[in-house]
Order: sequence, then structure tokens, then C-alpha cells
Amino acid sequence: MSARVRYRVCPDTGLKVYSSTEKLIKANAIAAVVFLAIGGLFGLMVALTRWPAVHLLPAEWFYLALTAHGLDVLLVWIIFFEIAILYFASSVLLNCRLATPRLAWLGFALMLVGAVTTNVAVLQGDSSVMFTSYVPLKAAPHFYVGIILFAVGALIGCCVFFGTLVIARQERTYKTSIPLVTFGALTAAIIAIFTIASGAIILVPTLLWSVGLISSIDPITYKIVWWAMGHSSQQINVSAHVAVWYLIAAVVVGAKPLSEKVSRFAFLLYILFLQLASAHHLLVEPGISSEWKIFNTSYAMYLAVLGSMIHGLSVPGAVEAAQRRNGFTNGVFEWLRKAPWGNPAFAGMALSVVFFGFIGGISGVVMGTEQINLLMHNTIYVPGHFHGTVVAGTTLAFMAVTYILIPLIFRREIIWKGLARWQPYLFGIGAAGIAIFMMGAGTLGVSRRHWDITFSDAAISFDHGGAAFMMLALNGVSAILASIGGVLYVLITVGSILFGKRRDVPATASPAQAPVAPPMTPVMAGYGSEATLKLPGTIVLVSVFFVAFVLYYFVNWKFVAELWPLR
Amino acid sequence: MAISPPERRLWWKEPLHRVEIIWIAVAFLWGLVMFFAMVYWHAYGQQNLSNEAYRVVPAAFSEKVEAMVKKYKVGEHKSGMPIVRPPPGADVYMLARTFEWYPILQLENGKSYRLHLSAMDVQHGFSLQPININLQIHPGYEMVLTITPKKIGDFTVICNEYCGLGHHAMTGRIVVIDSTAQQ
Repeated sequence: MSARVRYRVCPDTGLKVYSSTEKLIKANAIAAVVFLAIGGLFGLMVALTRWPAVHLLPAEWFYLALTAHGLDVLLVWIIFFEIAILYFASSVLLNCRLATPRLAWLGFALMLVGAVTTNVAVLQGDSSVMFTSYVPLKAAPHFYVGIILFAVGALIGCCVFFGTLVIARQERTYKTSIPLVTFGALTAAIIAIFTIASGAIILVPTLLWSVGLISSIDPITYKIVWWAMGHSSQQINVSAHVAVWYLIAAVVVGAKPLSEKVSRFAFLLYILFLQLASAHHLLVEPGISSEWKIFNTSYAMYLAVLGSMIHGLSVPGAVEAAQRRNGFTNGVFEWLRKAPWGNPAFAGMALSVVFFGFIGGISGVVMGTEQINLLMHNTIYVPGHFHGTVVAGTTLAFMAVTYILIPLIFRREIIWKGLARWQPYLFGIGAAGIAIFMMGAGTLGVSRRHWDITFSDAAISFDHGGAAFMMLALNGVSAILASIGGVLYVLITVGSILFGKRRDVPATASPAQAPVAPPMTPVMAGYGSEATLKLPGTIVLVSVFFVAFVLYYFVNWKFVAELWPLR
Repeated sequence: MAISPPERRLWWKEPLHRVEIIWIAVAFLWGLVMFFAMVYWHAYGQQNLSNEAYRVVPAAFSEKVEAMVKKYKVGEHKSGMPIVRPPPGADVYMLARTFEWYPILQLENGKSYRLHLSAMDVQHGFSLQPININLQIHPGYEMVLTITPKKIGDFTVICNEYCGLGHHAMTGRIVVIDSTAQQ
């Protein structure tokens, strides 16, 4: 079989790109972008409804749109794109044919059928149970069937990835060890197996319950196991987008990890500890002990947070080292000032690192503190936090890497280069605004998943006050900004794929893509050369981050101390 | 580069950059600080959730609530919702059901009460505003916590877990009164 497998050699990287891999990456990436467009539209409608002065949708449609928004972007867009990344990081980066392409197509078909089925269930109107579908709220059976099919498809995708790693090893398509980016993808795939297994353990019984074969499901057990899927699937995103950060830094400025050992160790910490995060959703739940809550919510003494903080140093550190090698050696920040900010891949990556760390990361750790969670549980602070991680972090990183994938895999030039330069800024700043203003409203007590904060239909009235209304208005404005960035992204990617200039002819140098890293000079002959380089800029950046982290953490303890005494 | 295999076979034997070692140490220690902060607060802080909870049949919980309402009812809200004023230190109950928090509780400022919370039907979110205390309420579980109001006024309980199409109209009330006032 392998003798007949067709491939081409990429003119930019010299890597073999097999035609079966290429088609699968294209299919998964296109499906991802389609669902991003659908889910993003629902998201905009949700944000405009929560803006009290606009209040776009009626209540029924609001809860329907919110359910669809969560499913289509948090699950469908991200996992389709992750499958594309898995195939890229295995088959392309390892110079290897893809294992069982037919099975991979089966997985793709299952994911597509599942995603459509669940969307149909939601649009039919009797499954507005939110993305989390907490029992005993009951959705139509095909709501659960669709998610299960989607998960089985994704599981097949992960298995194809593992199979490809085995083939690459057997056929010795690479020397030494797998590249760091592939290692990060491997981390994501391992966590995905745990995630999908948890999903099956809880959603299969829930399906049986929804058709009447099981009489009841314990709501706390449901939450523990469901979040082993729901939260761990966000850890797939973290692993995947950190891998994407390293990938973009490598392609655009020729960055290499400061040390392979440290970066891989950080990924390993994700595998070992991130799954404990189910506890983040159970901190104010009855019937669970504080010991369990503290141990699990802190990922066993913050060891997974340690992993993210390591990447938070090593990604900018690798960029600084590479830029200094590229000749930008003046002062503390010349390397940063003269970074390729006009390249949408680099700009998207850099904003993603900053927003994920400062907004999503810090707020997540603070909110996950057992007692501080009393202030934030189920307020709109929660979606504020995860729009910082999943939208300003993951989605922005995935958008950024698209600007690399289109020339390499689709072999088309990016159209509208001038607009493409601005796209990551529009989307990124919009997404960061969404996150910050929702967190602001949440701090003021505004509830998440709530149609009317004026409580006009309620027997007992309540007024949140002007500041909360302003936060939600600013959230709406930010959502419009992010939507403009999102629409641009969809137009640019789809337009480039359909109408971009073909890059079939090899040897056309593309200015958008930076050259491969410059040759090593003797001074830097040691591994990575990093031991010989100073990284003052990175030290300043992580110090600012650390100070912000510590201050924000203790400010929230102050808020807790002002609450009514509870015991 | 991160997209190509490590250049040396024994990459795990390469020396580490000093900045990385220091940062790992700082991050690890900070993790310990954050971990022990939670433990410390259990010992010395005033705001901790109790671990007291019971399995309960919704109908049985509802009976206990009704018994309290019967015993301590002092009036009615204009919506018809009973207002109850149990004595300080008593067991007080609040029940969540689509789409109301039942009943209205009148509590004395600075006095402690054992508050029992449970849901009749689906999950609800107990969100006391504008104080901003948020708890998850499950059907079949009775959560018990001792609460000490420390501000006089009307406080609203809003539901912050999606519970159905009337979710946004689900509110309740806790009224905190001056403990020295006669009523």
C-alpha cells in the first residue's frame, strides 16, 4: 500500500505532504470554519440580547441561541480544527503517510453527522438545555446522539494520529525524537482520549434516561463526570494552542524551544494533572468535602498551572532568543518592537499568548480558588474567564495558524493581505473586551445564562445598577468588534482557498512566510544557543505577569473577607 | 526548531537556561502559596462552605419548609409569597423551584442561622445580591450552612443556574432587620 501512496514535496519546508493527509486536513479545517461562522453568529446574537438597550432576541430564542453557540464553537469548531492540527503535526511534520486514511474519513463523517444532528435538535427548540445539559433538564434524544457520534468521530481521529506516530517510528521517517509541536499535539490527543471516555460514561446513560430506559441520573454525579469531559476538553485546547504557539514562532521567526526538556516537561504536567479540573465546577456544590475540592481544584498544588507558567516563559523566551539571533540585539525590547507585527500569524500568536495568560489564565486560577469561587460561581464572570482562554487564546491561535496552513496545505496565497494584517487585532481585541467586560459584570453579581437582568417579569424585583448595564453594553460593543474580525477571518480563509493565487509552481519565494532559521554560527553551537544568550525582555514580561497575578489574587481574597460570615 | 526533531539524540541531558530554572522555582512556590491559602482560610477565615449535606426526597424537604412557614409566618409579600421570621439560631429553610425561591426570610442582623437549601425539580443557582454569595442547589441534596447577615436591608436571591424558560424571572428575598427593633 505504502508504495502507491502519493505525495508532493513542499517547496517551503522540504517536507513530504501526502495527498490523503492534505485532503483530510482541508476537509476538517473547512468544516471547522463553517461551524465557527454559525456558532459565532449565535454568539453575536447572545451578546446583543444581553446588552440591555438592544435586547435582541425573545427569551426562548435567547436560550436556544446560547445552547447552539456553546455547542458550535466550544465543541465543533475547536475539535474539527484540532483534528486538522493532529494530522498536520503527525503526517506532515514527521514526513510520514497518514495511518488508515479511510478510517479518518469515517471519523470525519461521524463528526459531521453528529454536529448536524445536535444542531437540528437544538434548532427544533425542545433542547435548549445549554451546552452543559445538566440533568434533570432533559433534551431530545437526538441531542445526545449527535454529541456521542461527534465524540466517536473525534476518537477515531485521535487513533489515526496515534497510528501515524507508530508508522513514522517504524518507517524511521525522523531522527531522534518527535518535534516539540508533535509532542504538544500528542499531549492533546492523550487528554482527548480521557475526555471522550468521560463523555461516553455520562452521555450514554443520559441518552438512555432521555428515552425512558433509566429512571433517574444523580445530578452531582452527572456534573463530576460531565465536567471530566467539559473541562478536560478545554485542556485539549490548551495543549493544542500551546503547540500552535511554538509552531508559529518556529515558522515565522525561526524560534526553537529554550530547552526541549523543560517545554516537554510542561506538556507532561498537563497530562498528569489537568483532568482534575472537573472540580472547578463543583466548588459550591453540596455533598463534596473541602479536602476533595482543594486538592482537585488546585490540580494537586497547581502543578498544571506550573506547566502553563513554564510555557508562558518559554514561548516569548524562544521568540526573543530567535529575534536576537536574527540581529535585533539592541536594548531590552528591540526584538519585540521589530517583530513581524504585520504578519497575521505572528500577531495572532502574540496576542493569544498575552490574552490567554493575563485574562484567561489569571482569572481561571483566581476563580478556581475554593473560597473565592463563592463570589463568582455561575455569574457572568465564568464565561468572561473562558472567553479569555478559548476565544482570545485558542480561537485566536487557530486563526493565526491558518495563515500558515493556507499557503502550505491549500497552496494558495492569502487574499486581501492588507485586511489580513488587521484581522487578528480586530478579533483579538474584541475577544479580550468580551472577556474583560463579562468578568466586570460578573464581579458586580450579574448572572450568566440570563435573559433579562432588569427582572421585569419577576414578582420580586431587583436592580443591578448602572455599572452592570454599562459592562454588558461594552461587552456588546466588543462582541461586534470580534464579529467583524471573525467575518473577515471567514471571508479571507474561504476567499483564499477559492480565489487565492495558486502556489503550484515551486521556488516562488513567499514574502509572507519567513525563511527557515538562519544557519547556526559557532558561538551558538550549543544546544539551542540559549545558554549563551541573555533574555532581559522575557524576564521583564514574565515579571509583569507575575506581579499582576499576585495582586489580582489577593484583591479577590479581600472581596471574600468582606462577605457575610459562612460556615 | 519546534517543528523539527531535536538536533541531539540525548536532548534531555542538555543544560537548562538559568532563567528557566528560576522561573520554575518561582512558579512552583507560588503554587504552594495559593494551595495553602485555601487551607489557611479554612482555619482562620470567616467565609467557608460547610461540608454538611444530606440526601433528601424533594417532598420531604418541602414538608419541612411548610412547617417552618406555618410556625413563623409574619406576613405576605404583595405577590402572595409568605414572609417568615424564625428566631435567631433557628434552622431556616429556602426552597428553589421553577420559578421561585420560597419563602421570604426575615433574619436579624448579626445573628447566626442554619440555612437549609434544596431544589424541588431541576438545578438552580442561589445568588444573593448585591452581596454576591453564589451556591449551586441540587434536587435530592439538602445543603446546610450557617450564615450570619451583617448588613441591614432587602437582599435579593436571583437564580443563576439555567432552569427553564422562566429562569430570568426567578427571584426571592432575604430581609435583614435590626436585631434590637421591636416587631
